[in-house]
Amino acid sequence: MRSNSDTKSVGLFATCLVDLIRPEVGFAAAKLIEDSGFHLDVPLAQTCCGQPLYNSGDLKRTRNLARNLIDTFAEYDYVVAPSGSCAAMIKIHYPRLFADESGQINQKLRKLVDRTYELTEFLTNIAKVEVRAQYPEMCTYHDSCSGFRELGIQQSPRALLNKVQGLTLTECNEASACCGFGGTFCVKYPQISAQIATEKAHNIKLTGATTLLGGDLGCLLNIAGTLSRQGSEIRVLHVAEVLAGCGDKPAIGQPRN
Amino acid sequence: MDAAPTNFKSNARAALLDEKLQGALKKSRGGFVDKRQQAVDDFAQFETLRDRAVDIKNHVLADLDRYLEQFESQVAKVGGQVHFASTPQQGVETIIDICKQSGAQRIAKGKSMIGEEMDLNDALEKEGMEVIETDLGEYIIQLAGEKPSHIIAPAIHKTRAEITELFHENHQKYGLTEKVEQVATIVNEARTVLREHFVNADVGITGANFLLADSGASVLVTNEGNGDLTSTLPRVHIVTASIEKVIPSHKDLTVFLRLLARSATGQEISSYTSIYSGPAQADDMDGPEEYHVVLLDNGRSKMLQSEFWEMLRCIRCGACMNHCPVYQSIGGHAYGWIYPGPMGSVWTPLLLGVQNAANLPNACTLNGRCESVCPVKIPLPKLLRKLRNQIFERGLLDRFSRIGLAIWAFVASRPKLFRSTISVSAWCLNRMGRRRGSIRRLPLAGGWAEARDFPAASGTGFVSSWNSSCRSD
Repeated sequence: MRSNSDTKSVGLFATCLVDLIRPEVGFAAAKLIEDSGFHLDVPLAQTCCGQPLYNSGDLKRTRNLARNLIDTFAEYDYVVAPSGSCAAMIKIHYPRLFADESGQINQKLRKLVDRTYELTEFLTNIAKVEVRAQYPEMCTYHDSCSGFRELGIQQSPRALLNKVQGLTLTECNEASACCGFGGTFCVKYPQISAQIATEKAHNIKLTGATTLLGGDLGCLLNIAGTLSRQGSEIRVLHVAEVLAGCGDKPAIGQPRN
Repeated sequence: MDAAPTNFKSNARAALLDEKLQGALKKSRGGFVDKRQQAVDDFAQFETLRDRAVDIKNHVLADLDRYLEQFESQVAKVGGQVHFASTPQQGVETIIDICKQSGAQRIAKGKSMIGEEMDLNDALEKEGMEVIETDLGEYIIQLAGEKPSHIIAPAIHKTRAEITELFHENHQKYGLTEKVEQVATIVNEARTVLREHFVNADVGITGANFLLADSGASVLVTNEGNGDLTSTLPRVHIVTASIEKVIPSHKDLTVFLRLLARSATGQEISSYTSIYSGPAQADDMDGPEEYHVVLLDNGRSKMLQSEFWEMLRCIRCGACMNHCPVYQSIGGHAYGWIYPGPMGSVWTPLLLGVQNAANLPNACTLNGRCESVCPVKIPLPKLLRKLRNQIFERGLLDRFSRIGLAIWAFVASRPKLFRSTISVSAWCLNRMGRRRGSIRRLPLAGGWAEARDFPAASGTGFVSSWNSSCRSD
């Protein structure tokens, strides 16, 4: 794309939920990536990675959406998603969807898989971002399942947050336990989902943290909605918002001025 | 609740509203998880052993016929007999025949999931035999007239108060006058009554955790020692097991024993590990006169030939359900058949047919914790996704979901339409929650909003906004 030899290009895959509900996460991710010296694009042709279809067993339509994503992001040096589950969809599940009988995938997909990163992993390992933000609050971090178990993300967000001035990080009991979101699960089995979310909210409250941070908006909407219904004052933000110094804006699900 | 996998949704809703069940689940939640974690942390070889276990199981499964034949001939050598049963019905008939031939009236039974698959207790009772479960948990649910809700802790759904009442109702005939409320007194009461049954039983039936091909022995782990009394005191010992339980030799057994107890209960090793090697020999002081092993197939051979063969590595430790948020929310009965939780959500549709259990593979958040704790690394989420694919392809997914997915696919495969749909939807979700920042009632997703708010959209589509603001620079 529009990169010269010094500047690497990044295609930001915003993900549907950020696009729809929380643009702040997209702007924060863009700022962090651009401030680290990359050329950033947010291609207009991007849609959905196909997870809802994939996890419902509709593989044919999933491949259709996947092809659009692969084409849209083919030319970037890096593809970054502010979501462990959408990044895992590309890195772990696209190869399964397109593998031939011997388990091989084509070069175009191989390149995309190798160059796709979840945001905090990208900021830590590739961009080596300089964190200049401050957020003087006690925070706790929710490890989203796909990012944690499929991509092994655990240290990167914590290491980045530890560089935020004034921020203290306290660990939550069962931090890596599912919050009950589960994509289409929360629509198909809302009562079970709510019960799991209630358990998660309970553990979050026990930490005494004033802010819950995470790397996947699906989980964050679920947790924020649960806390808000319970009348809790705990703020819920995507990790990118705090890292980009935008943590003082109204939190997810809280009234805007 | 009508226990059938087809009723999963209503079963689950009832379970969520069952205060006693929720109390029992809350009490047990975390215990298994913390103890397992501690045991794994304390044992440096755990990961290495997991890989060994996978290799051993894969090796056996690739050559299962040969190992079963070897097992059968070794059992015969020591004077026992192996009976292969393709279906639960065949298994039941075999066991009834053995019992009848030995003139059995009273049967002491150890915990066996294969017995559950065959619905053995009912069948034996219909033949006029008295069956007593000797595992405390199984005994409790036998008193309650229920089915196990967990594969290693069958009565985990029962509170102590409920158990006290069950003993009060059922043990007065044995002379119990006071209510037993402490764990120790409950155990003592059960022990006193069960001892009588052990001594008087004609046939003892036990399950098996492993079958050793090189010696024809069956291996059983328990924490109560009931297995030993069940197998050695009666005249006839029947082992009920399934074909995938065979492993090559006692050397392999050490790998699995170290994994099983740690994964199941967080113990280094179960309190009792019993190896039954056949009927009493001439110079043995005691032991059964007859030794039978009933090996159930019930769809496993077919599973072995399918893309789901890895499920047959399962050693029934229960770690997947102990770490499953869905199981921990609704308990085991809601799944409607004898195998609950993640392994049950794969196993049940494969054994009963996906059309009879289409909810189970879908009722999972795909969080992957089950796979991460499985001692034999069964890729449960991958297998659940494969089942979802079958369910979708066969049109078994509910209509609401199918229409929703079709609309989503239509919109998301047209980038321009997608952009404008996002913008319009974001605008609506923004307006709906403008004042509070979140939405309390949500059209088409009422279930979400029963217990949660839905955070309002704070813009009108990020991708479009970013491009219009940047491109205008």
